Formats: sequence, C-alpha cells, structure tokens
Amino acid sequence: MFSIYGAKPYLKAHEMRLTVNGKAIRIDAEPEMPLLWALRDLAGIKGPKFGCGIAACGACTVLVDGAAVRSCVLPVGQVDGEVTTIEGIGSSEALHPVQQAWIDEQVAQCGYCQAGQIMSAVALLNEIPAPSDEEIDRAMGGNLCRCATYPRIRAAIKRASDTSAET
Amino acid sequence: MSRAGRITRRVFLGTAGAAAAGLAVGYYFYRRPFPNPLEARAADGEAVFSPFVKIAADGPITIIVPRAEMGQGVTTTLAALVAEELDVRLDQIAVEHGPAASAYANIGMLQDAVPFPRFDDSAMVEMLRSGMGIVGKFLAIQGTGGSSSAIDAFERMRHAGALAREALKAEAARRWNVEASGLTTASAAVTNPATGEELSYAELAVDAASVAYSGEPGLRPASEWKLLGRAQPRLDIEAKSTGAPIFGIDVDLPDMVYGTVRMNPALGGRMRGFDAAAAEAMPGVLKIVEIDTHLGHGVGIIARSTWHAFRAAEAVAIEWEEAPAALDDAAVWERLEQAVSGNDGSTFRDDGDVDTAFADAPRERIVEAEYRVPFLAHATLEPMNATARFRDGNLHVWAPNQAPTLLRMACAREAGIDQDRCTIHTTSLGGGFGRRLETDYAVYATRLAMEAGGRPVKVTWTREEDTTHDTYRPAAIGRFKARLGADGLPQALDMKIASPSIIASMLPRLYPSLSAMGADAAIVDGSYNQPYTIPDYRVAGIKADIGLPLGFWRSVGNSYNGFFHEAFMDEVATAGGVDPVELRRRLMANYPTALGVVEKVAEMADWSGETAPNRAKGFAFATSFGSWVAEIVEVSEDSGRIRVENIWVAADVGTALDPGIVEAQLMSGALFGLSAAMFEEINFDAGRAVQTNFHDYEPLRIHQSPKVEIAILQAAAKMGGVGEVGTPPAAPALANAIFALTGERIRRLPLAREVVFA
Ligand code: FES
Ligand code: FES
Repeated sequence: MFSIYGAKPYLKAHEMRLTVNGKAIRIDAEPEMPLLWALRDLAGIKGPKFGCGIAACGACTVLVDGAAVRSCVLPVGQVDGEVTTIEGIGSSEALHPVQQAWIDEQVAQCGYCQAGQIMSAVALLNEIPAPSDEEIDRAMGGNLCRCATYPRIRAAIKRASDTSAET
Repeated sequence: MSRAGRITRRVFLGTAGAAAAGLAVGYYFYRRPFPNPLEARAADGEAVFSPFVKIAADGPITIIVPRAEMGQGVTTTLAALVAEELDVRLDQIAVEHGPAASAYANIGMLQDAVPFPRFDDSAMVEMLRSGMGIVGKFLAIQGTGGSSSAIDAFERMRHAGALAREALKAEAARRWNVEASGLTTASAAVTNPATGEELSYAELAVDAASVAYSGEPGLRPASEWKLLGRAQPRLDIEAKSTGAPIFGIDVDLPDMVYGTVRMNPALGGRMRGFDAAAAEAMPGVLKIVEIDTHLGHGVGIIARSTWHAFRAAEAVAIEWEEAPAALDDAAVWERLEQAVSGNDGSTFRDDGDVDTAFADAPRERIVEAEYRVPFLAHATLEPMNATARFRDGNLHVWAPNQAPTLLRMACAREAGIDQDRCTIHTTSLGGGFGRRLETDYAVYATRLAMEAGGRPVKVTWTREEDTTHDTYRPAAIGRFKARLGADGLPQALDMKIASPSIIASMLPRLYPSLSAMGADAAIVDGSYNQPYTIPDYRVAGIKADIGLPLGFWRSVGNSYNGFFHEAFMDEVATAGGVDPVELRRRLMANYPTALGVVEKVAEMADWSGETAPNRAKGFAFATSFGSWVAEIVEVSEDSGRIRVENIWVAADVGTALDPGIVEAQLMSGALFGLSAAMFEEINFDAGRAVQTNFHDYEPLRIHQSPKVEIAILQAAAKMGGVGEVGTPPAAPALANAIFALTGERIRRLPLAREVVFA
C-alpha cells in the first residue's frame, strides 16, 4: 500500500520508560509530549480522555503515585512515578469499590467525563476515607460534567465511602 | 378546543403547503416500508426478523437501537421496548446501533415542525402532524433530536418485538404440532405449558425467520408490562464506569494515523494562502492539506499522533480572509434591536384584540420590559472528532453523531462518490446537545482520508477549535408588554421576539443550493405555545439575519423563550400583586396537566411556607416537546455571594418508560439550563468567537450545583419527550428567585454579568 510517510525518513524520537497499571512499558516519544497523548495514541490506553488540554476539565485525570494529576499538561518526560489509569483500578470482572458505587448510583450519562471523575474520587477516598461535602467539592471541582451528573457523583462518593468504612 | 383557526393565515398556508405536497406526491409510495437494511448484512446462521431484531443460531439476540446514545439512556429504553414484547431479559440481549438507513428514519422528530401548540388536539392539527410524519419519512432523516426517540419508537419497536415473538411461537407450534395460541414465552424461550416442553429462541430462530409471518399481534397494555415503567440498570453503565473505549475519540483501526484541523476563526471567511513548510518539517508530521468546503476553510494535518498534529497546526503560517459579516457583539445587538423594533415578522399566536387592548390602557396598568440572551456554545465534553478511511473508492466514517443519514450524504458528496459506497459507523457520543446533528467534523475527516493513501485517519479538534467553530445557540431579544386588569391578572400580553433563524442557517449547510426562508416557529417556540388563557394574547417572531453559523442547542427556541416568557410572567405577577404560583393557577385553569405540575412543585418546595432568612425562591413553568414541567429554585446570599441551594422539578411526561432514566434526564436538563443561565456566553469580535476553552467558557461545576429533587407525573394523555424538557424553566426560575431575594430584576443572561455566584 502507498505510504504517506513519503520521502521524509521518520526520525526516531526518544525512548521513554513508564510504569502504567503495574506494567513497564516503552514508548517512542519526545519528552515534552503530554502523558495523555502518550497513553492514548502511543500506548493504546484510552481510559483517560481529552477534553480541554489546559487542566480545566479533568477528563484526562490519572494517578501518579496515587495522586490525581491532569495528564494533558504533564510532559511524559517529567513523569517520575507509577501511573494508574482507570484500566488499572478495576475491570468488569473485578470492579473497584468506587466503580461499583458509580454503577449502583447509575451515575453516567454520556459517560465521557466519568473515567476522570472516578480517578479523582479514588484519589480523594484514598486520602480522606469519609469526606464531607466541602471536601468533595474541593477534590472534584476540577472535573467538569457537561451532562451535570453532579448529584449522583456526590451520592456515589458517599456510598463508596460508606462501603470502605464498613470493610 | 381548537386554536388552529386562530393561527395567522400566512403561517398556516406555508406549512399546510409542505405537508400537502408530501401527501400529493407520495400518496402511492409513502406506506411502502423501506427495505430492511439488516438483510443485506446478515451473517450466516443469523435470523433477521425485522430491521430491529436478529437472533443468531448460536444464541445471541441482537436488538438494533438506531438512535445516538449521548447519555440520554436511549439504548436502554429502546431495547426495553423490543424486549418487553419479545419476552427476553435485558441481560440476554446485545444492542447494536445498526447502519445508516431510511428504515430508521425518525418520523417523530419532524412532527414538531408544525407550528401549533403541542397540546392542541383539533382534527386539523392532527392531520397536519401526521402529514409532517409522512414528509419526515420522505426526507428519511435518521436523527436523534427533539426529544423524540422514545415517542417515535414506542409503537414501532414494541411491534418489532411482538412480531418476532409470534414468529418464534408459530415455529414452535409447527414442531410440536399444537396451536400457537396455547404456548407461552419468557426469558428467550417458548414453552408448552401442557407438556412442559421448551425450545429456546436460538433453536427456533433460523426456521422461524424463513417463513413470512402474516399475523397482526396486538401490543400489551401497560398493566402487563414487566420491564417498561420500571427503572432498569442502564445497558451502557458498566462500559462507562470502567473507561471502555466506546467513544468516537477512542476509535482504533489497523494502520491508523492521526489528524486535526485548523479552520478560519473568522467564521465564513476563506483562506488567502498558507505556508506549511516549517510545520511539515516537524517530527511526527506526515502531511498538511488544504480544506476548502462550504462548511469552512483552512488546513488539515496528518501526523503520527494527535499531539504531533496539534503542534504542527499551530506552526502553519496562514493568511486568513476576514469573515463576510465581520460582526462584533455591538453590531449583532444593533441588528436584533432593529429587527424587534420593526413591524415585520410572523404572528404565531393572536388571541383577542391586542392592539385595542393597549390603545385604551391607562399608563399605570402597563408593564413593559426588554429581555436578552447571548450566543451559547454546545461544549460537548468530547471535542468534535471523526475517523475516516477512503480505500478502493469506498468511504468508511466512524463518528459520534446524531444523524447518520445526513453524515452519509455529506461525506459521500465530499468524496465524490455515491452514497452506497459510504458507510457510517456510529459510536457512543461524549455529549451531543444538538451539535452532533451537524456534519462538519465528518466532512473534514473525509477530506483528510482522501489524502491519506488508504490509511484511516482519526481527526480530533482541539477544544479551542471546537469552541470557536461551533454552530451556536443564537442570541435573541424579546420586547414584552402586558396590560393588567383590575384583578391584577394580565388582560393583554404582547410579545415580540427577534432572533436569527437556526433552520435558515442549518439547511444550506446540508443542502448548499437551498434558498433562504422566512421566520420559523423555532424563534418563538416556548413563547407562543404555552397553556395560559389571556384574553388578548399575541406572540410574533422576527427573523434577523446576522450571517453567523447557528444550530440546534438542547431545547432549541425553548431555551430562551422559556426565560423570556416566564421571567416576564413573574414581572406581571409582581406588578399585579399576585403570587406567581397563584397567577398560574388562575391563568392555566383550563389545563389540568399544567396545573398538576404547578401544584406538585409548589408542594415539594413548600412554596407557601416560611423561607429561611437570606433565602428566596423563584418559580417557572414551561411545556415543551409534549411534556409539562414546573420548577422552583431556591437561592441564598452570604456576604454578597449568591448560592443556588435547591431546585425542585415536577414533570408530567405522560408515560415514563424508564423512571430512572427520566429522572436522570430531567436532572441533567435542569442543571444544563442553570449552567447556561449562570455563566455561559459566547461573544464575537470581527466574526470570531472570543471564548476558546473552559477557562473563559465555564460550565457549572460540582460546588455550584444545587440539590435536586424530581417528581415524575404521568397524567398527561400523550407521551412527551424527556431529554430537553428540564432545560427551559431553569433559567427563569433562577432569575425569579434572585429577584425575590435581592429585588433586582435581571433581564439579560448570563446572570453572572450582574451577580457573583458562590
Ligand atoms: S483534558 Fe486535561 S484537564 Fe481537560
Ligand atoms: S456524563 Fe457526560 S460529561 Fe459527564
């Protein structure tokens, strides 16, 4: 098949090593490439979503060593910890308690923001197992939901915090 | 009661003409069903029962839901319609979107094109509506919009389920040599109660589908429903809680490359020239191409990743032409003011004798006000994107979209091929709100695919590109006048609303040769068709041309007419010294369904009870898309900052097919309306949108989101829509609450221009 690479030889970028969801991976990327695009386009990990590219919507939220970060503004060359995406916290067969709470409360509408919402909630509950309304507001204020599922997000976080309090 | 006779003749003739033309031309054809698009695609061992049901011999039962899933739960609700009659459980089925096909045309969506109040049942109006349905079938638009999906599917999809069930029973009866009427069905199996024998649908399917079933099974009454009328777990909930790659932006194909576009921000302007040398030399960049379409002018970048494409797009040196109508905000408002001051326009409602009522009105009995709303962006959280592959003369497009048949037409045209060589694959949508009824994202992806040597290209827009190249909810001005009677109630009401026409903006994008048209009902939708009885009552719409691209935005004309009508009603109530809820009781006495939701919401919010200090409530009502909705908002004030504390919503939707999903939609619709009312605004400068991203176009966030309480009523005679109906009353209920709290009447949105929100 005809190649659109044309005459220009493809220049090797830098090899980057990352640990994502417990696995060591190598990708071929310039260090300034945002982690989001390295994950999505080069590593094929599509849970983190693109919404704004300026850390204003939270759709791209992943964990680096357990803390929520906006992967759209984090250069892949500056990642210095273990990356966890929504694919790494649970699966259909073994749901994370926060995912289970999201399902029990039927939170998602279009669903586009929800991977980011869930990752922000996981980080919050790791730090504060039983957050108050104000603490929820502060932790989740950076995650937009255009479908405005906020009341159910709040309910799901409370439900997940109750479940973890019991165990 | 009939209102048809009172509708202005001009409007009436225009619409009747369209419907009649459809009838005359199509009388012979219109009842013939469209070909079943599944037959051509059926795999071996797959039994196809109708365009909506197929059953494979090895088990899987597939229901086709030919509507876009953009969060409104349509997949679950429409699948349940089929499953209810087919006697299968929701966990026994798979759902597919299906191909773009005329068999899936949304006939319900076009029914509101008739400019009559939805609640008017007169024979003439009914006839016109069914006429529009036929026109809809001719245009065969497979669309998701107008809150119409469930209404359109209600009979058709249950019927598809019943037909398949009866065919399966007939086959079982043949094998057992018994009467089909004695057999029962449940959980995807036919049972003979007399013998206890059982055959699964999978065992019966292939034989059952090969015999033409000729019966006419009746549909079950609501009292026998097992799935419908109860909240079901959403079929998409697990995928959406585990980050599954279901959206357009997640499409992944072998050998795929990535792309983006950079189009002239001066909307409608062309490109003088561009220099791509520097950008083309950047690492990871594969190709830069010119895009020259009637939808927009600019460049497209093909690259090794989306980020490489984004970076290169900024590096292309481009000389843009100015926009043909290089308007800024001041010029837009001037045109709208001119329009609303003139005498043109179409009268969509004209009860009594408004001119005389005002001619002899004492000055102090008159209330007058002018209201304004800004342009709005859709700002779906998933930015515009589409993936396209052009190989061997065949085009495939994968895209989140609300109108696959329109996409197929537009993309085939761009590629210069026949529509039957173009296949549209509809993915889940990360929000639609009307934006995905457009075709631009798919047409640009097609253009890039033509240059990609047969490889698929996934074309993603930056948020900046998305915000500055939207088809905006139009700005509008309303001038209103009321004459109060001795009882404090309005004796006369005169409303004039000027806005650019969405339909006149949209149709030439789809059909470039189409000429402009007059004012349409969307301009006044939500003002002319509200169930108030006022002796002299006139609503006129004036179309103002401004040359900016406009589109359907959740609840369309109702999104601003709800604000206009209900905020002004609140002013009238205040001027007449009548409680706003009491005002509705008196003026809507002829409409028990409306009164039902008014009383319900007043009770939920304890409207007549004590209000805490520093708190106040506001009320609004709107009927749209066949549903009846009343909302009350409560606000509080603390050191100069206003907080939206509560919103109560009472909605009569006739029949709630899935109360859980209806509740979610009403909640989403109301908060979407509050978001726009509080914060959202697009300004223009030299024909360019000023706002670019979520730092300056900021929707509602969780800490600003009030507590929500929803009540669903089912007293209305007809099933109404749910996806949009929560939106119209939200803005006026909030503005009215702020007036009750501060004494300040804000007549222009967004409210954040005047108040600070906590
Ligand atoms: S895409 Fe990263 S915060 Fe919006
Ligand atoms: S569910 Fe649609 S953006 Fe959050």
